[in-house]
Amino acid sequence: MIEVDQLTKRYGSLTAIEAVTFRVEPGEVLAFLGPNGAGKTTTMRILTGALPATSGHARVAGYDIDESPLEVKQRIGYLPETLPLYPEMTVTEYLRYVARIKGVARGGLRRSVDVAVERCALGQVRGRLIGNLSRGYRQRVGLAQALIHDPPVLILDEPTGGLDPKQIIEIRELIKTLAGAHTVILSTHILPEATAICQRVVIIHKGRVVAVDTPERLAAQLRGSEQVKIALRRPTEALRTAVAGLPGVLAVLPEAPAGAVRDDGATVWLIDCEQGRDVREAAARLIVGADGGLVELSAMAMSLEEVFLQLTTDAPARPDRLDDVPAAGLNDASPPRGSAQFAQQSKDTE
Amino acid sequence: MSKLLAVCARELRSLLVSPIAAVCVAMFLLVTGYLFYTIVIAASVQTRMMLRMQQMAPQLNINEMILAPSLRNFSVILLLIVPLLTMRLIAEERKQKTSELLLTSPVTVAQLILGKYLAVLALYGVMLGLTLYMPLLLGRFGPVVWWPVFSGYLGLFLVGAVFLAVGLLASALTENQMIAAIISFSLLIVMWLLGWVGAVTADTQTGPLLTYLSLLEHLNNFLAGLIDTKDVVYLLGLIAVSLFLAHRVVESQRWR
Repeated sequence: MIEVDQLTKRYGSLTAIEAVTFRVEPGEVLAFLGPNGAGKTTTMRILTGALPATSGHARVAGYDIDESPLEVKQRIGYLPETLPLYPEMTVTEYLRYVARIKGVARGGLRRSVDVAVERCALGQVRGRLIGNLSRGYRQRVGLAQALIHDPPVLILDEPTGGLDPKQIIEIRELIKTLAGAHTVILSTHILPEATAICQRVVIIHKGRVVAVDTPERLAAQLRGSEQVKIALRRPTEALRTAVAGLPGVLAVLPEAPAGAVRDDGATVWLIDCEQGRDVREAAARLIVGADGGLVELSAMAMSLEEVFLQLTTDAPARPDRLDDVPAAGLNDASPPRGSAQFAQQSKDTE
Repeated sequence: MSKLLAVCARELRSLLVSPIAAVCVAMFLLVTGYLFYTIVIAASVQTRMMLRMQQMAPQLNINEMILAPSLRNFSVILLLIVPLLTMRLIAEERKQKTSELLLTSPVTVAQLILGKYLAVLALYGVMLGLTLYMPLLLGRFGPVVWWPVFSGYLGLFLVGAVFLAVGLLASALTENQMIAAIISFSLLIVMWLLGWVGAVTADTQTGPLLTYLSLLEHLNNFLAGLIDTKDVVYLLGLIAVSLFLAHRVVESQRWR
């Protein structure tokens, strides 16, 4: 449905995206993932025809974006990052106007507006001025605008930006219902969002595609070893050596800084294990037997978040801290050690 | 065509609900009304003096004494008001980022420019039409020759249409409405001054050329009741060039 081939955009000496290549199958929901300033919006704007590429090709529904822009635009619904709303119009007037410039036939105007209003749950506010609507409603008007002509392809730039948790869930549900009938590309920097609604993820970093795959496969691919986290009150060097000697254990790393003690008086060890080898039971028996004061023992799977950090930072991410905030967006998470550069980057571009 | 009309209708609606257009139209009517009033008073004083001195008024003529000077003065007021009417046309779309919607919709830039131009032209037509009470009022009290009134209004409409096209071009150049207004002010004032410079340098080679380029020079023929093809072509040409340039500007902005 969408083919992007070696797409490059330069602004003077600044390269916004470089040789971006990927494909989207019909009915698929694809997420663009990347820190701020990675080139997500630039790629989307090129796909929608708002911006010409410096080089490379993009085809949507079989039409080249440079050769037949009107054909492509006819088949795309686009929700830009900044909502393109006229504050002096009512919701109905606005949607009617968008339907007209998108080429909906005169007879079908009322029906398309009604369908879009219903899909985005705008019934209550359809007669109100857009300028007086709350952020959540405006976002939904933006989405309704993208859906109005029932395009086969939807390109949504941060569709849940600025919404409260309940609204985010509603919008995600809406996008899930669009899958199948529509091909959807959405950008986000909220990782659980990508896992929750997308079949595939494209991770972009510094204008380059660093990974394209399903969220699960990405996580599995990068997980060279499995880790077990152990928190214990009375660690001893002998115990440590004993644990390291268990079959399947590759290494025991104290959580740096070495010798640090958690608030509850426990010291944390991270145990690197061979893939597919579960050492939890053996380790537990050993520590309890030696009266090590075991308070916590858990297997750590690598989440998409860690994959993301590994791919977008030069130093590998240490997953030990991130498990505290599995459901939060990157912006909310305290950056783990080793990813200070990433945090710095996001700030710079904000 | 339907898309062009949709753009036009939306623009017209925005113009009508915006206070800027309302204030502009009101001020235009107020100032032109006052001008008309003073010209009528001056004309009647002059008429009385001429009657007393000569016992007759061979060349007294309502069209020449009142209507032609009124319309000529209106063109100067238009010069001041049009930039305010046109400044938001494209600049505001860019500022509000609604341009993103237009650029990603199956609408051509030509449809966009023409739709917007027609909207503001319609508003201007209505505004100018509202001053028709002046010749109608005079017609009730004296002999008005209607042909020069018609040609005068046609000329004024065309000159105003040039102003609007230049204003649209200025609005395409920036996303700041104030800057758009200042640019169109400057362009229009230069066009206006050309005739004056031309008159001063009439004995040089460039003088007649500058006079010919001046907008008001072309208006004079219309006010005298003369619809000359060269004037019509000149004014329509200016409109076409301005709109074409605006088209190129909007198109080129995508590439930055």
